[in-house]
Amino acid sequence: MTPILSKDNRNGQISHSAFRNIRESIIEFALFLAALSSVGTTFGILYILVTESWLFFQQVPILNFLTDTQWTPLFNDKHYGILPLLSGTLVTSAVALWVAIPLGTIVAIYLSEFAPAKLREWVKPILELLAAIPTVVYGYFALLVVTPLLQKVFTNLPTFNMLSGGLVMGLMILPLVSSICEDAMRAVPVVLKEGSYAMGATRLQTALKVVFPAAISGVGAAYILGASRAVGETMIVAIASGLLPNLTLNPLEQGATITAYIAQVSLGDLPHGTVEYQTIFAAGLTLVIITLILNIIGYFLAKRYREIY
Amino acid sequence: MSQKNLVNDISRRKLIDSCFAILGLLIIFVAIFILLGLVLQILIEGLPRLTPQFFVSFPSRKAEQAGILSAWVGTSLVMFVTACVAIPLGIASGVYLEEYARKNWLSAIIEINVTNLAGVPSIVYGLLALGLFVYQFQLGQSVLTAGLTLALLILPVVIVTTREAIRAIPISLREASYAVGATKWQTVWDHILPYSSGSILTGIIIGLARAIGQTAPLITIGALTFIAFLPESPLNNEFPFLPLEMTFPFFNFQQFFAWLNAPFTVLPIQMFTWVSRPEQEFQVNAAAAGTVLLIMTLGINGIAIYLRYRLRQGIKW
Repeated sequence: MTPILSKDNRNGQISHSAFRNIRESIIEFALFLAALSSVGTTFGILYILVTESWLFFQQVPILNFLTDTQWTPLFNDKHYGILPLLSGTLVTSAVALWVAIPLGTIVAIYLSEFAPAKLREWVKPILELLAAIPTVVYGYFALLVVTPLLQKVFTNLPTFNMLSGGLVMGLMILPLVSSICEDAMRAVPVVLKEGSYAMGATRLQTALKVVFPAAISGVGAAYILGASRAVGETMIVAIASGLLPNLTLNPLEQGATITAYIAQVSLGDLPHGTVEYQTIFAAGLTLVIITLILNIIGYFLAKRYREIY
Repeated sequence: MSQKNLVNDISRRKLIDSCFAILGLLIIFVAIFILLGLVLQILIEGLPRLTPQFFVSFPSRKAEQAGILSAWVGTSLVMFVTACVAIPLGIASGVYLEEYARKNWLSAIIEINVTNLAGVPSIVYGLLALGLFVYQFQLGQSVLTAGLTLALLILPVVIVTTREAIRAIPISLREASYAVGATKWQTVWDHILPYSSGSILTGIIIGLARAIGQTAPLITIGALTFIAFLPESPLNNEFPFLPLEMTFPFFNFQQFFAWLNAPFTVLPIQMFTWVSRPEQEFQVNAAAAGTVLLIMTLGINGIAIYLRYRLRQGIKW
């Protein structure tokens, strides 16, 4: 074996390291391309939604789209008003958040401030496990278990209604909201809590007046995430809440959400390039804009209320 | 305030405190019990239907004869494509962002992007796939399109967990590797990836479990709801089974990859079509398909949670 630093081996060393350098930069470039794939996905989404919606809005004036109170693109008498779909989305999401936010917050406060460590170790994985149940299974629950139960209370509740879809959706989001809230509350420095206890506050007072305000940015982010999950949820509402666009704010009626409409129309064989085909992209663009607004609100909430310890 | 008032006040506050503790415990147990009850309900409805016949029959107009053969074959094929695309792409992006990326506007954009993509509704991925894969790239409403769609959907999960896994590895390990003359890639490949493989695996498992349950994006790209045939097998019936040929290129690639272009259905879609039918008998089938889905997702997630638990205990840097 020649010693590495011997004179006659120098050329070999150089070519070896040159080869290494080239290989290194090829690998780095390949990894960079892989990382760009996420940016590519975003651009793909924007490109497809905007171009197809552009074609749609050339046929349907945007003012019509925003103000017409009927959404009947599949009937002979065609109306393209997004409002009924928006109201359906709003109602089901509101019902879901009415369940998920209060219960999720209480569970999070309990788990972070009250629960013994053993219990927390058991409950957290179970909650995570339940969050993984496929949404089509939740839809089954909503339609075949929850709706019959609700019909015993509200006797003239239709088979498809936004209430049961929303309730089950709330149940689905609950683990997500409580898990993120709990993480935020656990991140509050222990000195703040100790200061509160030293003043003679109880655990609940500490939780509500010290921990919760200190964690408000994380908690707000959890709520916003829950809201955008509710807005984007498809299968539960498509199965349980009906597919009839209905401009109403009453959760006891049936109504279609934006997502349910997209799923329903995709089930039929849509001819490429028709207005019916383009409606699902216009609806999808509306959905993306709503979630984008929610994300931006979440970002500013987090920024505004971020505590500096 | 007199001492008596003070004592009263303290005991009142303590009472409220314990009331809240009970309320919290109650909500947790009620929520878990409701969900367990719902799961149990579907198991009770579905389990009797889970005969071997159910797994080897095609869907049918008669509820008693219907099965999930095409659905579970479709799910496995789509998952295979998803894994083949999402795992290398996700790990590579994670490694780049954590080990290579300089702090500049480009890496900042990629970072913001990954977080934002995680919040995009899954049905929007379906729209992307319909517009891009089905019509622009002409891939058709096929297994390949579905696999790519779900791969893009779970990519953020894989990237984020890969980054967390890599970040957990102490800098001294890298320094030791550089000190003996290793290049960056050698350090990554020989040291960082092997040490973080456990946590990365957990992330991949969670991502795939999420993909299995996805219905909306696959409905959007036009997965069929009634399908009574299987994709063409890539293998021959006789020895040597691989599709070898006498003529150049000696290997029949067209036959080997034909299943990628086949139309498909998956378990969640099969369940969805059965739930939406008014007849009671089909809802038993839906429960049975739901049972299979539940066992799969909960089982896979359980493995991931167990793995994470084991890893957290095992390694101490």
